[in-house]
Amino acid sequence: MRDTPFPAPLGSSGRAPEGGRGNRSAVLDVRGVVKAFGEHVVLRGVDLAVAEHQVVALIGGSGSGKSTLLRCAALLETVDDGQVLLDGEDVTDPRVDADAVRRRLGVVFQAYNLFPHLSVLDNVTLAPTVVHGRSRADARDEAQALLARIGLADKAAEYPDRLSGGQQQRVAIVRALAVHPRVLLLDEITSALDPELVGEVLSVVREVAAQGMTILMATHEMGFARQVADTVAFLDGGVVLEAGPPAQVLGEPVEPRTRQFLSRVIDAGRL
Amino acid sequence: MAVRRRRRPRPVLTTAPQAADLPAPSDLELSRQAWRRSRSRRSTLVALGSTLLFAVVAYLAVTRSPGWPRVQTTFFSPSVALDSLPEIARGLLVNLQVLLVGGFLVLVFGLGVALLRTLRGPAFAPLRIVATGYVDLFRGMPLIIVLYLVGFGVPALRLQGVPTSPFVLGTAAIVLVYSAYVAEVFRAGIESVHPSQRAAARSLGLTHRQSMRIVVLPQALRTVTPALLNDFVALQKDVGLISVLGAIDAVRSAQILVGQSFNFTPYVVAGLLFVLLAIPSARIADAVSARARRRQQSGGLL
Repeated sequence: MRDTPFPAPLGSSGRAPEGGRGNRSAVLDVRGVVKAFGEHVVLRGVDLAVAEHQVVALIGGSGSGKSTLLRCAALLETVDDGQVLLDGEDVTDPRVDADAVRRRLGVVFQAYNLFPHLSVLDNVTLAPTVVHGRSRADARDEAQALLARIGLADKAAEYPDRLSGGQQQRVAIVRALAVHPRVLLLDEITSALDPELVGEVLSVVREVAAQGMTILMATHEMGFARQVADTVAFLDGGVVLEAGPPAQVLGEPVEPRTRQFLSRVIDAGRL
Repeated sequence: MAVRRRRRPRPVLTTAPQAADLPAPSDLELSRQAWRRSRSRRSTLVALGSTLLFAVVAYLAVTRSPGWPRVQTTFFSPSVALDSLPEIARGLLVNLQVLLVGGFLVLVFGLGVALLRTLRGPAFAPLRIVATGYVDLFRGMPLIIVLYLVGFGVPALRLQGVPTSPFVLGTAAIVLVYSAYVAEVFRAGIESVHPSQRAAARSLGLTHRQSMRIVVLPQALRTVTPALLNDFVALQKDVGLISVLGAIDAVRSAQILVGQSFNFTPYVVAGLLFVLLAIPSARIADAVSARARRRQQSGGLL
């Protein structure tokens, strides 16, 4: 199990020392991002930085804009104001080739979004071969190793609809990792799963994080955020209301709105 | 293309679990099965009886009608049918050619127009408008009028190098009309693929064209295959309309034979040949739709 590591982010040499927080320059830097859908303003100026090897967890009520923020960062939506910087480059500039930017990102969606007409293996090797020009054999070897890593080596030839939700989501994570992204964006990846399947997906994320992947994730799993995240950011009313180490934000929140949100989560038995 | 198509393993579909795996059915289940059996026996008998009754009534009504002997000799004469068959069959070969060439071109043009209509962004507005106008025009215009306009209008231009054969022009007219229909079928298929699929493809770094070709179209084609086969069945009989331009196809051959003998049997022969042609495609279309339905919901009451 341990012999094949998950791919580390490009341009890095493995796990950063001491949790990765500090003065490192941000891989992903969201500055004053505003996004509205018609009259409905979802993001009112969000500032958030994700440093190299750091895991940032976005929490907040449903409709607070977590997914919208991730979609803006993944260039699946155009921002109405502000900037998203990837390695210091303003990727919200319309002159930037958005396809080239997306090649450097890995995105995992709530509903897995595997391609149902392609086998598990083809789902994983698609981007490496078509987008990154790697040889089929090369991409297949790595995909097989990654699938073995998540315990799904025997499912390579299966089609996604023959897999459980947890298995599909693990494949989706591997599909995103196969392009060696600079940053992994996880959009509530366990929200569509039965409770018993959440653990197997989170343990994959935990390992990926331990190997130094830079991650921005929207999540409702507070316990997981507390364990894995370096920073927890509470999104409310279209802004990051409070951000800091998980022990502080989840343990001793300053803002009343954060306390209110967390007490509701506790009432629901999710913390 | 990097993605190799692999044969999808056929899902094992069973309406009920194998008897060997189950304990013996309870009395309750046995009584339910008995009830269902008696109901289905009853409805089979009712259906059989009413069909038979209708057939007898229809047969008597037609054969007892005052004009029947006359109709029988002018429409259903076996000897005329036999004599006319070779000529009409030869004509049917022309229809088959139009069908194959036209069918292929319709697929290509239809897909092309559909893709133009799905282009986004102001830069493509002219292409989109032209494609939309084309679909509006040729979906609205009766095929026979398009046949007249193309078949008689184009040769009247007397342009150098433009073919004047009714075969070519008839095929062109049919392709014009059917491509408009098929483009809408393709477009519906493309739009039926959930946007999240496109988001997943684009987030992997695929370009618009790559995600269309590798992710969206294969799924769209699977969805629209039954509808396309249905249009193919419709095309099979509409190829007979090229006869109005003077192409010697099955319908035209029958027309000539009718003119010579004043017996309408050749029309019936030609009609039956078209039906024979359509039956295999119709069965294939049925089988494909049934398979698609099974894939979406295996089993269930409704």
